[in-house]
Amino acid sequence: MENTKLIVSSTPHIRSKDSIQSIMRDVLIALTPAALMGIWYFGIKALLIIAISIASSIFFEAAFQKITKKSITITDLSAAVTGLLLAMNLPVEIPFWLPIVGAFFAIIVAKQLFGGLGQNFINPALAARAFLLASYPTPMTNFTSPTGLFANSDTVAKATSLADAVSNATPLSRLNEGAFIPEISDYIDALSGNIGGCIGETCAIALIIGGIYLLVRRVISWRIPVTYILTVFILSWFFGRTPLYELLIGGLMLGAFFMATDYSSSPVTPLGQLIMGFGCGVLTALIRSYGSYPEGVSYSILLMNLAVPLIDRYTKPKIFGEVKKNDK
Amino acid sequence: MRTLTFKRGIHPPDSKSYTDWSPIKILMPDKGLLMTIPLSQHIGAPCESLVKKGDRVLLGQKIADSSAAFSAPIHSSVSGTVTDIKPMLTPSGTMCNSIIIENDGLFEEHPSLGKDTSYASFSREKILEKIKEAGIVGLGGAGFPTHIKQNPPKEKKIDTIILNAAECEPYLTTDHRVLIEKTDRVIKGLEILLTLHPNAKGIIAVETNKPDAIAALTKSSEGNSKIEVVSVLTKYPQGSEKQMIDAVTGRQVPSGGLPADVGCIVDNVDTVLAIERAVAKDRPLMRRIVTLSGDAVKCPGNYQVRLGMSFKDFIEATGGFKEEPAKVIAGGPMMGVAVYSLDIPIIKTSSAILCFTEKAAVLPPENNCIRCGKCVEHCPMGLMPLELNSDIMADDMESFEKHHGLDCIECGSCSYICPAKRHLAQSIRTAKRNVMAMKKKK
Repeated sequence: MENTKLIVSSTPHIRSKDSIQSIMRDVLIALTPAALMGIWYFGIKALLIIAISIASSIFFEAAFQKITKKSITITDLSAAVTGLLLAMNLPVEIPFWLPIVGAFFAIIVAKQLFGGLGQNFINPALAARAFLLASYPTPMTNFTSPTGLFANSDTVAKATSLADAVSNATPLSRLNEGAFIPEISDYIDALSGNIGGCIGETCAIALIIGGIYLLVRRVISWRIPVTYILTVFILSWFFGRTPLYELLIGGLMLGAFFMATDYSSSPVTPLGQLIMGFGCGVLTALIRSYGSYPEGVSYSILLMNLAVPLIDRYTKPKIFGEVKKNDK
Repeated sequence: MRTLTFKRGIHPPDSKSYTDWSPIKILMPDKGLLMTIPLSQHIGAPCESLVKKGDRVLLGQKIADSSAAFSAPIHSSVSGTVTDIKPMLTPSGTMCNSIIIENDGLFEEHPSLGKDTSYASFSREKILEKIKEAGIVGLGGAGFPTHIKQNPPKEKKIDTIILNAAECEPYLTTDHRVLIEKTDRVIKGLEILLTLHPNAKGIIAVETNKPDAIAALTKSSEGNSKIEVVSVLTKYPQGSEKQMIDAVTGRQVPSGGLPADVGCIVDNVDTVLAIERAVAKDRPLMRRIVTLSGDAVKCPGNYQVRLGMSFKDFIEATGGFKEEPAKVIAGGPMMGVAVYSLDIPIIKTSSAILCFTEKAAVLPPENNCIRCGKCVEHCPMGLMPLELNSDIMADDMESFEKHHGLDCIECGSCSYICPAKRHLAQSIRTAKRNVMAMKKKK
């Protein structure tokens, strides 16, 4: 007891168990059901694209940090999350080098060049998707209908060549062509993911389960996803579309729960988060109804990302016991 | 009964089950033990010694006082001989002139003690004088002289006296034990305070994790229409003065203001007990109740300890360490001070001593902010700690002040909740000190 050396540190002396790594791990866990459903519907190739995307994201993060002589932070799992989200935002019929280009853009251009985790002003995975969509529009819009886990590439090719109409038809493009009124079976297909689209966006029920997991684990708050989804619902109804079906298709569930809630590119203030969700919802509904693209989720989120610093500035919480300036 | 609360805040594990079952044990210092009594144990002017080296002092004898109004006298907690008066280390980490008394083990009382106990006939002025003469300060940790607090300027109309029995800091259980073991005396102490403020009602606010205390207080205060027991949600920092007033009355103390500005006075449980002893029993403040806890101590519990006993002597008297401590905290884990030596005395504001092994003491490394916004979501003052932290990183004190950095109550909720483990509260506290120091210079 005489020569005890004691640690001295500032308060508080206890910390919550949450860490960046535990949060990112939770996001990966939450994305797993939808990713598995994507593999189930789109086959082994979807699994390969996911693996390539994650591996190259982690590689680019480590390589950049190595070259710039920073400490390597791949164990925080944020690069893995970006890689998985990117893959889930890609259609299955793409060449294998495309996710590598996407991962480079997401990690190096959108994230590391702006200062790394927490500093990127737009969602890296969505930025990469937008970049790929602009640069390689043909493969990026080649949406096949689900073929099943054990479909070999021959049958996939056959399926696509047999009926181009089927291979390109996502429910959203069908809606926009008009004269398509979804029936019960369409709702069931959209919920379960048996529709055309990107690898990870089709199975609404799996995404909702993942989103609820994130809410329960308090990784995200309800504010962005709930206002986003509600706004799309109300506006779609207002525009005379099919509001409930609209929620289950396209990238809405993936976007609302997993992309718009990205910490660095969404507001930190509670009121700001409501505005973020509302703004994303308005833009998505407008693009879907009036835009030339059938889908508007990713561009809505990217546009709102740009407004985040402004939103944060004007939505500061009210200070406890704030004294008005003119009282002084 | 409604459960009241404030906005935001956090839910750390309360870790109270280590000691909340343990009745208060009275621990008297052994004969020959040296008691160290610092001359400043409160906010305000330090005292000057009334004794000199070689003097014999008696239990309860006033040994230090100040002519300043904003101060509180200090009494001997044992009988014995003054062996020295010299600067000694205090729990806050600073050196302070201290009277050192060798305990003769007789506990011979000063003749002035316990003479004047007909408190029912005391005037308001006499009660305030009794409180002052007993050396009572806020025992929750702040050390604000109680006689000043109970005597606000005339224009502040006090209508609510809140007995703060939230005890929201994890590990701490002294208030809980006092409330169930000395319920009637706590009520009596509050009744004495209410005679000072005839237009005020007394509210005892207890967190919901102490249902036995709520029941005991409700029963004991039956028949007194001026006292109400309310339950407040178990949430940190419920016991913070401003958050307590907000929860109980719905009033917000204005930025830079005091509780009296909204008609409230908030008192700590052990303080009210000391008031009861000073006024009804005519005995000064000589002891306090301390929670000893943490995974390094052999016998965690609640102890009634004589002021001036060193941490080391106290811990040894309770049975010593089970394992080697790596960190010792004076106070709770959220706002207490990590001390670097055990040769420091228990003073009026020492509410707890927590001893942790290395396993429990290690803090995780700091990472970059990921903008998760949890600090904003949980700050009880409605501040944006991440923004203040980046102001501080940029050394922009003007912006720090504009963003209300000075309103921070240093509760540590932001640092606790931060997944990147950033030193938010620490940086804000340092910046506050610097800004205040700069303002003083001007």
